[in-house]
Amino acid sequence: MRAQAYLYSLAFVLAAGLAAPAAAQDTIKIGELNSYKSQPAFLDPYKKGMELAIEEINGKGGVNGKKLELVSRDDGGNPGEAVRVAEELVTREGVVALSGTFLSNIGLAVANFAGQKKVFFLASEPLTDKITWAEGNKYTYRLRATTYMQTAMLMPAAIAAHAKRWALVYPNYEYGQSAVATFKEMIKKAQPDVEFVTDQATPLGKLDAGAVAQAIDDAKPDAIFNVLFGPDLAKFVREGNTRGVFKNRTVVSLLSGEPEYLDPLGAETPVGWTVTGYPWDKIKTPEHVAFLTAYQKKYSDYPRLGSIVGYTTVKSLAAGLAKTKALDANSLVEAFKGLYVQSPFGAFQYRASDHQATMGAFVGKLALEKGKGTMDDFKYVDGASVLPSDAEVAKLRPAGAN
Amino acid sequence: MTLNALLFQALNGLSTASGLFFIAAGLSLIFGVTRIVNIAHGSLYMLGTYIAYSLATKIGGAFGFWGGIVLTALIVGVIGALIEIVLLRRIYRAPELFQLLATFALVLVINDATLWLWGPEDLLGPRAPGLAGAVEIFGRRLPSYDLFLIFIAPAVLIVLHFALAKTRFGRLMRAATQDREMVGALGVNQAVLFTSVFALGALLAGLGGALQVAREPANLATDLVAIGDAFVVVVVGGMGSITGAYLAAIIIAEVKALCIAIGVVNLGFVTVNFSKFTLVAEFIVMAIVLIARPYGLLGKPQGVVRSVAEPEAPIRPATPMLKVLGAVVLVLLLALPLLAQTSPYVLVLATDVLIAVIFATSLHFIMGPGGMHSFGHAAYFGLGAYGAALLVKLAGFPMLAALFTAPLVALLGALLFGWFAVRLSGVYLAMLTLAFAQIVWALVFQWEGFTGGSNGVIGVWPAAPFNKSWAYFLLALAFTVIAILVLRRFLFAPFGYAMRAGRDSPLRAEAIGIDVKRIHWLGFAIAGCVCGIAGGLFAFAKGSISPEAISVSRSIDGLVMVLLGGIQTLVGPIVGASVYAVLQDTVMRQTEYWRALLGVIILVLVLAFPQGIAGALSALSRKLGRKPGGAA
Repeated sequence: MRAQAYLYSLAFVLAAGLAAPAAAQDTIKIGELNSYKSQPAFLDPYKKGMELAIEEINGKGGVNGKKLELVSRDDGGNPGEAVRVAEELVTREGVVALSGTFLSNIGLAVANFAGQKKVFFLASEPLTDKITWAEGNKYTYRLRATTYMQTAMLMPAAIAAHAKRWALVYPNYEYGQSAVATFKEMIKKAQPDVEFVTDQATPLGKLDAGAVAQAIDDAKPDAIFNVLFGPDLAKFVREGNTRGVFKNRTVVSLLSGEPEYLDPLGAETPVGWTVTGYPWDKIKTPEHVAFLTAYQKKYSDYPRLGSIVGYTTVKSLAAGLAKTKALDANSLVEAFKGLYVQSPFGAFQYRASDHQATMGAFVGKLALEKGKGTMDDFKYVDGASVLPSDAEVAKLRPAGAN
Repeated sequence: MTLNALLFQALNGLSTASGLFFIAAGLSLIFGVTRIVNIAHGSLYMLGTYIAYSLATKIGGAFGFWGGIVLTALIVGVIGALIEIVLLRRIYRAPELFQLLATFALVLVINDATLWLWGPEDLLGPRAPGLAGAVEIFGRRLPSYDLFLIFIAPAVLIVLHFALAKTRFGRLMRAATQDREMVGALGVNQAVLFTSVFALGALLAGLGGALQVAREPANLATDLVAIGDAFVVVVVGGMGSITGAYLAAIIIAEVKALCIAIGVVNLGFVTVNFSKFTLVAEFIVMAIVLIARPYGLLGKPQGVVRSVAEPEAPIRPATPMLKVLGAVVLVLLLALPLLAQTSPYVLVLATDVLIAVIFATSLHFIMGPGGMHSFGHAAYFGLGAYGAALLVKLAGFPMLAALFTAPLVALLGALLFGWFAVRLSGVYLAMLTLAFAQIVWALVFQWEGFTGGSNGVIGVWPAAPFNKSWAYFLLALAFTVIAILVLRRFLFAPFGYAMRAGRDSPLRAEAIGIDVKRIHWLGFAIAGCVCGIAGGLFAFAKGSISPEAISVSRSIDGLVMVLLGGIQTLVGPIVGASVYAVLQDTVMRQTEYWRALLGVIILVLVLAFPQGIAGALSALSRKLGRKPGGAA
């Protein structure tokens, strides 16, 4: 029977999938989960960065004499599946630590799972402040500079503009909302007479660019604070350029200097915006040049910011494992307290007080060179310089999170 | 705000409406003639943008851009024809809606193929040669390309209108929309007609996508965004009416432009940010239109499709063999915690499967025996899940009390939405349920102080002894068995017979004194309530709940499970949910391109089992000469 044959082969596939994988003795397994299918532009280079780091570490003999093995999974782009995948990594694959996630809600759900099941989790990319502050827990650390930190990095430029009328445009979910809330609070403190003339909260991935750009122009702001990224940013920039929305206006923009979001703009790049980002071809520090050379040699492609995040995630875990020797979650949690890690951006530390890494970001102005977007007049801002003090974050974290 | 500003925003709305119109018109034509709910239409639109990008940048210049757009439309049209010939033609005789499963698989395959061909980066095309600048209107700058879009949509609308009204092909299409069996009986070659309609619809989608190349980057999320918008436009306009589609596109785009133009308004006691309404504006419009005009603005009641599929056999109580089989499965499940001691993940997965089974079975209850195709069943899942989570977090309920109360929250939602939904039928009912689900989703997403907004509610873990995975599994098993038995009891009670009578022959059912609407309303409510159980279990299994639990993709997952198992049998949803949940878990680990693999597997299943897996098994057992099976 044809139908029977199909059924048998289906049963075979399922059985093969359920059988437990063979465990090797001399490897340390690191679990990683991320929304590879819903955020490919960032996560494809991210994965390459991770693989490069694994190759480098194992090439030098691994960690504590054991090879590192990365078990990477798609989290399906939603928290429910992410938690199941996390459980699968822990119970079936026997990983010693979890890492990864991109969107804030998935990062929070997995962090909460880690706290509940007492598993070590290094949140690599999600930016929400809540992961390390309001919803922080003992078992969760985070690598990327948070929404709060990136906004704070842009404040000197925003304040220097002496603009009175600000327009705000942001994707309508946790990341956009909290960036704008932080921005409003900080700029009001520096400039009490500031006025917010329009507030455009747009659905993520569904920006109505023409109408939004026009509404901002009609509000006649002196300056614009932008949190849009990805396809929304590209649409917004093209419409804004054609309609002259950015002319003679200061624009301060989160993440827009990251190659993932800057490169698609090409000749459309809005020159003069102050942004956080990663000017990969212009950073001449020895750490970065070494990374860049190795990356380009392996992939014949240039790194994006995702590559840095992926690479540094693995390097962080390796540093933590090397420090503790033990493989249980509690030892790793202890090892990460104050842990120093060498990254392509230089050395940084995981703070014991709120489990946040002090890895910073580059702040500069967008420029156009040979028809391609790049950053100019940039400098590296150390994350430690924009984070609140240990005493302040202690008040933000729940009791018993340290 | 000045009048000029408002008028100008109206122009912005018109140019956005053009984009919506092209994709909606194609979808509407395809549905009208073939009755296929083509979920892959957004994927064809996305392909249009990618192909046009490649032609515009590889060939370059005015020819690469403008010629590229025309060429793209033709290429996508050919792709559409191939899809119809190779895939859809084989499953026209399957039960209603089954083709949806095939097009869902195509969405997965096309998305991964696009990723493989064009890479992960967003690709912003060049500006349109000749129309790169802006023109001054009302003291503001309107991109000349937008002005071009404002005129191209009505132009295409007029051409299509005359093609449908005056040509032989158009007459055949209109005839097929009204009564396709009659068209077939009159000797018209249906295969050619269907293929050309599908190609035409795909061509319009490709054209729409290609025209966007100067406005937005080609990116991999376009397919789902576009299909969501297109469904709304088609339904608001009236299925099969392209003029309606244009009208609806304008209304929706204008409402959004207006929300954006109004911005933040201080109403004295409360400050409202109207720009946030763009999240849900189209669904509110759709709900209002469908409640006021059940067939959309310019739609007509659908013609009846006669005897395309094999007529459905009445459901019968389970055969003794099936009962024994069910008991064996139950015993095995009860022993699972012992069997799975060495691999604890099996219990985690099995719990997820049980939740999926409750979800799918409750959806099947209204889809199969009730004949109400709900495209928004996730609403009740989400209401149950949020109900349970918030009762624990805010009201301090203990876990079990929350699990028992959660279905009541879902019940209230289903009673409210069901009352409106059962007044419609067919695809309009499906779309109204979808609109309600989206409204619930938006409410949960926006009401940050209460629901936690996009982050959701976290830290909802089961209390001891259920914090052990084996104990939670057994709890979920108990709920699943109860849920299935309760639904079964309803189906074999007079209530269930009345519900099926209302589905198969509403007029006769009314004539013998059955209040069909009331029965269907209650059926809808029961299904929603049972679905709430699944939601509650889900919240505690994951320790958190966020708006994704109410998203369209969860509703679609439910449809896929029911159709995969077989809509005409009672074990169908159980088999379908189990297979789909395990399959997804397994496939996600196998390859980077897991979505394409999942899509291909579903396609194979679709072609092998046009009645669903359980449907095929019961047909097999009938063929082998046993007593007819097909019931749980």
